[in-house]
Amino acid sequence: MKGEIVVETRGLSMHFGGVVAVDQVDFTLREKELRCLIGPNGAGKSTFFKCLTGQLKPTFGDVVIRDLNVNRAHSHEIAGLGVGIKTQVPNVFEGLSVQENIWLAARRFHPAARARSLVEETLDRIRLTDIRRETVNEISHGQRQWVELGMVIAAEPWLVLLDEPAAGMTHEEVQLTAELIREINKTASLIVVEHDMQFIRMIADKVTVFHRGAILIEDTMDVVAADPMVREVYLGHRKK
Amino acid sequence: MNRTRENSWLILIAVLGVVFLIGAPQVLELFTIINLTTAIALALLALSLGLIWGFGGILCFGQSTFFGIGAYAYVVSAINFGGTSWAVVVAVLVAAAFAAVLGYFMFYGRVSDVYLGVITLTVSLIFYNLMRRTSGPEYKIGDAQLGGFNGMNAPPLNMPGDASWILFPEDVFYVAMAALIIGYFLCVWLIRSHFGRVAVAIRENELRAELVGYDVRLHKLILFAIGGGLAGAAGVLFANGVGRITPDVFNLYNAALTIIWVIVGGRGTLIGPILGAFGLFYLISSLGQQASINNNLVLGVILVVFVLLVPRGIVPSVIDLWDRRRGRRGAFARQGRRRRSRSPRKAETHHEG
Repeated sequence: MKGEIVVETRGLSMHFGGVVAVDQVDFTLREKELRCLIGPNGAGKSTFFKCLTGQLKPTFGDVVIRDLNVNRAHSHEIAGLGVGIKTQVPNVFEGLSVQENIWLAARRFHPAARARSLVEETLDRIRLTDIRRETVNEISHGQRQWVELGMVIAAEPWLVLLDEPAAGMTHEEVQLTAELIREINKTASLIVVEHDMQFIRMIADKVTVFHRGAILIEDTMDVVAADPMVREVYLGHRKK
Repeated sequence: MNRTRENSWLILIAVLGVVFLIGAPQVLELFTIINLTTAIALALLALSLGLIWGFGGILCFGQSTFFGIGAYAYVVSAINFGGTSWAVVVAVLVAAAFAAVLGYFMFYGRVSDVYLGVITLTVSLIFYNLMRRTSGPEYKIGDAQLGGFNGMNAPPLNMPGDASWILFPEDVFYVAMAALIIGYFLCVWLIRSHFGRVAVAIRENELRAELVGYDVRLHKLILFAIGGGLAGAAGVLFANGVGRITPDVFNLYNAALTIIWVIVGGRGTLIGPILGAFGLFYLISSLGQQASINNNLVLGVILVVFVLLVPRGIVPSVIDLWDRRRGRRGAFARQGRRRRSRSPRKAETHHEG
């Protein structure tokens, strides 16, 4: 096993009225780990993700990030711990330039001079230096996804939570994104919620499968892909 | 709009402002100067809304509330202190503090944008009705009689620290114009600061701002309080320009007028609301001298025309037009640059693919 536990949930449950979206999930993530969360639609992955990022307050149970209970914490407080978050739909500052977007993320945690150099570094890493002055609502979908990833990178987080980072990308863009994520993993632990099985094969270390709000299985991609139960609930639907 | 060009415009605005500050009393009649002081006060009010709405995305329908509170606080404390030096400070602080308290409940209560507009307007109307009912002798704060719908006479400004040295109307004009210039450049500085850039980011996407780690509620609260303080300062100038303050500052007409100035002048700029306020102030006062057309009708038509045809307001539209005219000349060059910039990245991905 790798280092210490950085994220832990204990009996985490999220109810919406009578619907149980997440049902008593016990989950741990260790330092420098890259974990993928998969599962069919409605399995509770995104709800679980929102509980981790403070966008939803869990009905029962605890979310602990580095010994700190963040059940009642706001998103900005969780982000303030050094957690980089990317949401499912690209959430960027639409009317602002690419570099302003990155700068806002870098400046949150770093003094002005360091923030400026971080913006340069990040633009280089996400390969958007050429279009740094363009407004984000005028660039392509894939590029917007990278801007959002860039905002995560620029803050130099030690824990990164990504919800479908490759959604809606072309094949080439997906490969670049996978590369970026592996690079982030050199300095940070990651949780990646994803649908795209090919993409998961590119990056995955260990995979957690969600089904009906609970964890079905947790293992390497090969074991998970070979598991008959997983095939039935998830991969089975796609096999045709 | 790039930074260098923006800076040259700012220098131009500063020069024009100072020329106007020094020149106007030399060439204009006293009556016009006094009238101008009132217009400047309204422009400062428009600026305060332009700041919080145009840059913070906070549509406050009752910005005139803080304006009125500033004016009343100034008059009440000037009467009680027997001088205006501290009354000005008190007025700005009271207006900002009231905005902070109101803002606390709205932002920390997660009130949505539409209801924020409704609440701020309602607060304004509550003050309107409240102040109208203060005509009895029992309604006084210290020595200051609130005076119901007749309002109160405003003591003119005195030299800071010397209550016996009362400023002449020309001097009050200097103070007002200087306040507008300083207020404008304070706002420019603010929106260029880290805080201001975060405020703009919040306007663009609240959730993202939060996920990047900024406390959205606190930023909005601070911006709202700054806007309130600025409106309070405008109220002080207004009380000086008009010479009295009545509950009418809190009425629906003034609340709506403030919004119209900003819509006409242009959101997302700071000079736009100022020009909008000046322009409409003079339009309305010239219409006021005749009886054939109704004032409010004209104002309504202007609002409708702008919302339908120039929804972004005068200043942003002019900047756009200017950019497009210059852009046509440079369009080819820009396109070429863009194509060149895209190709290397494509080539790179092909390599890896």
